[in-house]
Amino acid sequence: MSGVRVLVGTRKGAFVLASDGKRDRWDISGPHFAGWEIYHLKGSPADPNRLYTSQSSGWFGQIIQRSDDGGKTWHQPGTPPGEPTTTPEGMPKAESNKFVYDTSPETGKPLTTHQWYDGTPHPWEFKRVWHLEPSLTDPNTVYAGVEDAALFRSIDGGQTWQELAGLRGHGSGSSWAPGAGGMCLHTIILDPSNPNRIFIAISSAGAFRTDDGGKTWQPINRGLHSLYIPNPTAEVGHCVHRIAMHRSHPDVLFMQKHWDVMRSDDAGESWHEISGNLPTDFGFAIDVHAHEPETIYVVPIKSDSEHFPPDGKLRVYRSRTGGNEWEPLTNGLPQNDCYVNVLRDAMAVDSLDKCGVYFGTTGGQVYASADAGDSWAPIVRDLPAVVSVEVQTLP
Amino acid sequence: MMIRVTLPAHLRKLAHVDGEVKLDVEGPVTQRSVIDALEARYPMLQGTIRDHVTQKRRAFVRFFACGEDLSHEPPYSPLPDAVATGAEPFMIVGAIAGG
Repeated sequence: MSGVRVLVGTRKGAFVLASDGKRDRWDISGPHFAGWEIYHLKGSPADPNRLYTSQSSGWFGQIIQRSDDGGKTWHQPGTPPGEPTTTPEGMPKAESNKFVYDTSPETGKPLTTHQWYDGTPHPWEFKRVWHLEPSLTDPNTVYAGVEDAALFRSIDGGQTWQELAGLRGHGSGSSWAPGAGGMCLHTIILDPSNPNRIFIAISSAGAFRTDDGGKTWQPINRGLHSLYIPNPTAEVGHCVHRIAMHRSHPDVLFMQKHWDVMRSDDAGESWHEISGNLPTDFGFAIDVHAHEPETIYVVPIKSDSEHFPPDGKLRVYRSRTGGNEWEPLTNGLPQNDCYVNVLRDAMAVDSLDKCGVYFGTTGGQVYASADAGDSWAPIVRDLPAVVSVEVQTLP
Repeated sequence: MMIRVTLPAHLRKLAHVDGEVKLDVEGPVTQRSVIDALEARYPMLQGTIRDHVTQKRRAFVRFFACGEDLSHEPPYSPLPDAVATGAEPFMIVGAIAGG
């Protein structure tokens, strides 16, 4: 019988929630990596037992963890417990947490500063991995979106990482600035129809696309309008919070921006607003129904200074028309005195029939709907603040 | 020279050790030589105590020994004799910073 595995990253550890296809009873394991911030964990589409986790700490920095058995056991790639910690040549194996910006003139540009909040130059400093995106076809290839914003790739199962330096070096990097959460590359979308095409998004620089596997990049922000930057329609500087795509329509992108829900029908060449009748178009998370490419989900948040749902009512909004016409989904969600947030990486869908939808909150709840959003129930209520939610649909 | 090192709980877990670590350090016993030996023995700790490239101590990591804060001592300065003889441990500590 098919099942699902929900991978939850929190401020104090990772949790794995597993169920069969009915999705009404859940086994919960964790906390894994207790006490550490888990910004993201995600499974390989090519091998569901291969999971990657970003484990970080303000004290001890970045760690990458890998599981080859679906989350039962974990190790830092290159240093499996019990195995020699050096190569036969005597070189240490522990490079899995070494994220070093490429400053060579051959592959990028010796870019040393970006803009700070006040517009002054600020040194580029690696802080953490926000998002891990495993390749669609190779379990050993995985992309990492990091703070300060850059894209890295590993082709050896996470043992070593190389920056795709053409992104920072494409020309506008020195003008990028952080959003409130830091200058993070938080969204990585691999085009299932074109292995050379990748979309990424950065707060607060905007969306970018490569069509040559990461060598060269272009900003794709035409149509975005942001009042918090000097030129509201500038080519870069927009605080894109999240982008989602349905794998059957890879040219159609949906975006939750700092304010505004946006849509592109031409792979990001142009965007138009689809906020429609939403009670507020501020928010973080956005996702697409697994089987209906025009059905999308957002969680409206009151404002950029009040990061909680309007009126204390936790409502997912669903559009079945690709935007503009939205319906609130409230069945099973708290409808009074609820002041949690749903962060950008904290919503995901499974591909069962009916489509399952999942999201986590800063209050530690993980809600699930096994009927495409019509009704909801908490899987767990009292985890640490949830940072990310991913779902694996298992055979 | 056998040096005793204590690690914070998170790093003990990463290194799969319980309690103190004992390291054989050749030559002068300094912050640098002790951490070099620690990382050679436990490479999974690389990058968690000091930066991979600059080798600078991470901001929220501190070094104590013999009741003194040695965090800001030059990395090549000799550690106290009591550390060098193994009488006292070299303590790697996570700074108190909430959380």
